[in-house]
Amino acid sequence: MRGIPISALLGLIITAAFFIAAILAPWIAPYGMSEIVGDIWEPASDQFLLGTDNLGRDLLTRMIYGGRTTIFVASMATAVSFCTGAILGFTAAVYGGWVDQAMSRFNDLIMSIPTLIFALVVLSVMPVTLPILILVMGLLDSTRVFRLSRAVAVDINVMDFVEAARLRGEGQRWVIFREILPNALSPLVAELGLRFIFAILFISTLSFLGLGIQPPNADWGGIVKENREGIVYGISAALMPAIAIVTLSISVNLVADWALNRTTSLKGGRGV
Amino acid sequence: MSDHAQEPLLEIRNLRIEATAYAPGEKPKDIVIVDDVSLSLERGKVMGLIGESGAGKSTIGLSALSYGRGGIRLSGGEIRLNGREIRTAGPGTLRNLRGREVTYVAQSAAAAFNPAKKLMEQVTEATLKHGVMSKEDAEKRAVELFRTLSLPDPEHFGDRYPHQVSGGQLQRAMTALALCPKPDLVIFDEPTTALDVTTQIDVLAAIKTAIAETGVAALYITHDLAVVAQVSDEIMVLRHGKMVEHGTVQQIIEAPREEYTRALISVRSIEHEEKKPTPEPLLRVEGVSARYGSMTKDVLSNISVELHAGQTLALVGESGSGKSTMARVITGLLPPRTGNITFDGKPLPPALKQRSREELRQLQMIYQMADVAMNPRQTVATIIGRPLEFYFGLRGRKRDERVQELLDAIELGKGFADRYPAELSGGQKQRVCIARALAANPKLIICDEVTSALDPLVADGILKLLLDLQKREGVAYLFITHDIATVRAIADSIAVMYQGRVQRYGTKSEVLTPPFDDYTDLLLSSVPEMKLGWLESVLDHRKMTSAGN
Repeated sequence: MRGIPISALLGLIITAAFFIAAILAPWIAPYGMSEIVGDIWEPASDQFLLGTDNLGRDLLTRMIYGGRTTIFVASMATAVSFCTGAILGFTAAVYGGWVDQAMSRFNDLIMSIPTLIFALVVLSVMPVTLPILILVMGLLDSTRVFRLSRAVAVDINVMDFVEAARLRGEGQRWVIFREILPNALSPLVAELGLRFIFAILFISTLSFLGLGIQPPNADWGGIVKENREGIVYGISAALMPAIAIVTLSISVNLVADWALNRTTSLKGGRGV
Repeated sequence: MSDHAQEPLLEIRNLRIEATAYAPGEKPKDIVIVDDVSLSLERGKVMGLIGESGAGKSTIGLSALSYGRGGIRLSGGEIRLNGREIRTAGPGTLRNLRGREVTYVAQSAAAAFNPAKKLMEQVTEATLKHGVMSKEDAEKRAVELFRTLSLPDPEHFGDRYPHQVSGGQLQRAMTALALCPKPDLVIFDEPTTALDVTTQIDVLAAIKTAIAETGVAALYITHDLAVVAQVSDEIMVLRHGKMVEHGTVQQIIEAPREEYTRALISVRSIEHEEKKPTPEPLLRVEGVSARYGSMTKDVLSNISVELHAGQTLALVGESGSGKSTMARVITGLLPPRTGNITFDGKPLPPALKQRSREELRQLQMIYQMADVAMNPRQTVATIIGRPLEFYFGLRGRKRDERVQELLDAIELGKGFADRYPAELSGGQKQRVCIARALAANPKLIICDEVTSALDPLVADGILKLLLDLQKREGVAYLFITHDIATVRAIADSIAVMYQGRVQRYGTKSEVLTPPFDDYTDLLLSSVPEMKLGWLESVLDHRKMTSAGN
């Protein structure tokens, strides 16, 4: 791991810290998640490092547990969106013709409906459980990934080495996973960093609107919602999730940039 | 005039050009691109700069504009133009100089012209910007130049857009652009390299006439010694950024002093004895016609050729003649509209999808651009090993051993198996592609312009390798090329293609022996020969024959 640039190292450390905090939440958090331990909106003190929230729960504990939910949902949703989006996008590009037309136009159709409204409608008729939430977010986001991967794959699909593979008699699976995917990785990695952050914002928005994570479970959007009235009285509790989101997005993208550099190198990614 | 008489127009002394390489995984390091090159050019003279890619010829050419492409630094030495030092000159001086005293003709005219503007506007643009002459005078001069360059309808040629004229005409238009402001020096950077031989000769003749009539001095950059011998007075041979040899054209061609120059001159002199046809051909193409998609005209019409086992059939013709389409038809990428293809005594299914794995294995392909023909994310071992795995089920140690055998066969030793294509040179890449084709143990390999993207010496090496492999493995080649010299070196039989038809077909000796049909004659006589006065003699000959008609 030598030769990592400072920026990537910083991003890696902070991202890792967020993820570790999320995974080890029950052991790290000073109090129970929905345990009322003090007065409402107490200022920061030695006892409550970030103060308390609108019900007198420890804000740091809520943030750690909230991060756990938010990061988990966002990661899973990003994974879903990339798997479906990339595979479908490559398939459309490789098959071409009416398969491509049908898939692309259907994709346009879905994209023409604002994502948030689509999600609100779906989630208001479906039971809001974690798998459903992840699936809805992931599939809606996959439309963007589909577009990108199709566009990238169309260019690669006409290269001579893909033709050489076809002439050899390779099946579409080999063409998609062994010829196209490795060459489409760079733009996809760049997109991955971005989409993960959008997923965090998306789940936060849903929770803020009350359709995401349900109380008493914490998540960053939910914390903003619970504490938003405090802003009027100068209570900063609602801003904490915002700071967390900003920090995480910057560090994730620092890491993505570095990964991008590595995947861009055609000399086996042995470079910086 | 008296000052100028003593001092040469352009004088370069001990020029040193450097750039910084930012290789991933390494510290940025300075590399020397051109080292200690000196030259001097008198008014009205033409100097040819010749060398393979990476020899620094374009870089030296551009230094006469005191310009370095993308991060290149002119770091040492002197460049004197018209008696003043320009290497260290400020931007104001350079702005006045570029496009006025010194102009530039780029390799790809199609990429250099703005497709949204008419030719006249672009041809006179620099002249007007520099205020050399009034708009009317500039346009008058442009028309004169169009006439000198024998462009069709010179009065109205400037009213066209770049896409409305052919590649060769566009290249001549760019020459007009460069000559319009009455410069002292023009830099021609491979002006005919991207053109067909039959077009190249016209452009070459036009450039030569224009240089003679305007009395301009020129630096003519090319990798083709035969071309440069036709237009220059002096030649400088470059290699790896250093001067190898400098002399008059006559001396370089007739009595080269250096080993490297001799190698360049004797390039493409491979002798190849043609083989007798066998009774039963390996590949028989009968009456094939083909077209793309919804086109109403055939790209190939009624093609019939035969290729015998262990022999080479060369398909020759200019771009657009249907050579590569032929390859697509045989490989099954483009099923023919009519006609049959028989391979090894059995009919070959027209479409790729209908062919069995065995049929696919027998017929392999090598591409023109080796760097896009290999997946940049796979190592050489994977690239060569995949056909072994796919067709023969070789895995693990056995596969690795066979890969090494193939690498030895293409004269790449140990240590190449783990490399990625980006870590290979152009010639090495093409060799790996050959190994990939060989791995399938095919009976026929289609070679689509496999040497045209390579430097002459490297191309020679590839041709020798192909001939050698044919002798050892008995593989047949369908060799697609536009280069007659390559054909002479490798073919047993030849099919000359023109506008989708076979113009002339037979064994090599038959096809290359007169009497020729008009097109074959044009094609054959257009190939530059490495001797002085070749261009004039061809043009005179053509004038005579057309007058005779």
